[in-house]
Amino acid sequence: MVEAKAKARDEEVITKIVVISDTELPSNLALAAYKVSSDVTIKETCFGLMVTGKRKDVDYVIMELRKLNPYKIFSKERGFPPGDPRRCRADRGGGPRPGFHQLKCELDILPDISKGLILVDRGSKPISQPVPKNLDVDRFKEIIDEETSKKGEGSKK
Amino acid sequence: MKVFIYPTNSLILSDLVERFGHEPLALMTEIRKKVNTPGLDSPPLNVTPDDPKKGLKWAAIEIPSGVRGRMAIVDPLIEQAEAAIIIEDAEYMFGCMGCARTNELIKYVVRMKDIPVLELKYPKSENDAKNLVLQVKEFLDKLMKQEKEKARAEEE
Repeated sequence: MVEAKAKARDEEVITKIVVISDTELPSNLALAAYKVSSDVTIKETCFGLMVTGKRKDVDYVIMELRKLNPYKIFSKERGFPPGDPRRCRADRGGGPRPGFHQLKCELDILPDISKGLILVDRGSKPISQPVPKNLDVDRFKEIIDEETSKKGEGSKK
Repeated sequence: MKVFIYPTNSLILSDLVERFGHEPLALMTEIRKKVNTPGLDSPPLNVTPDDPKKGLKWAAIEIPSGVRGRMAIVDPLIEQAEAAIIIEDAEYMFGCMGCARTNELIKYVVRMKDIPVLELKYPKSENDAKNLVLQVKEFLDKLMKQEKEKARAEEE
C-alpha cells in the first residue's frame, strides 16, 4: 500500500521552477539540464528554468543542477504547467504573469540567503537578533504634548 | 516530515525545507491538483460549489465565501502538517481583506494544532537573512532527530 502510494507519487507529472540568484545564466543552466535527462520538458525563462515531467525525473534533474552551484540555485513546485493559457503572458496581452511580483520580491533577498547557506555548511549557529523596542509611553505622551503645543492647543483638555 | 510553510507559496521556504531533507507543504501542490484535473463543472480553475462547503470546517457560514474557498484549498495542507514554519510580515503577502483574514485564520489554526512551529520575521537585512537560514536549519535538524527517535521507538 505504502509502496503503491510512493510509486504513484513518483509517476505524477509536476512542474518545478528553478530560480538562479545572480552570476549564473539561465542559458547555461538550460544546457546543463538538457545534458542530464531527456525525459523532462525544459523551458528557459528570465529567472531560470521551468522543468516539467514525472516527479522522479524532475527531482533528479534539479538535484543534478544544484550540484553546479548549490548556494545559488533554488527551486519550488509550480501549480500551472508552462504555457498554460490561464497564466501564459502570450494569451494575456503581455505584462508580468500572476505570481511574478512575489518571485521578484524573493529574488531580491536570494543573495543573502545564499550567504546563509554558506554559513550552514560552515556549521554556524543562529544568533538571536535584538528586537527593536516599542516607543516608551511617557516619551510618546511628550511627543503628543510637543506637537499639540506647536499648534497652540493644550493636550490635557 | 511534512512541513507546512507560510507564506504558503514561498520559494525560499519551499527550497530550504526540501534542501534540508523534509517535504514542504506548499499551496502550489494543491493548485496543481485543482488545475490539472480534468473537470466539466467549472472551468478554467475547477472551483466547484463543494469547495466553500469544505471551507465550512474552518469558518462559519457568515464569513465571506472567499475565506472559505481559500481555506478549502489550504485545508489538505493543514491536515497533513506535522510541523510548520511561519514567516511574518512578508511584504508580498499584502492583499485584499479576504486574503488578510484567511492568512490570520491559517496562522491561528496552525498555532492551535499541536505541532512544532517556528515563527520568524521576514528578513529586512543581510544579517536577518543569514539568521533566518540558520534558524530554519536548526529547527529542521531538530525535527529530523525527533523523527529518527520516533522510528527507533517504533522498531523496539
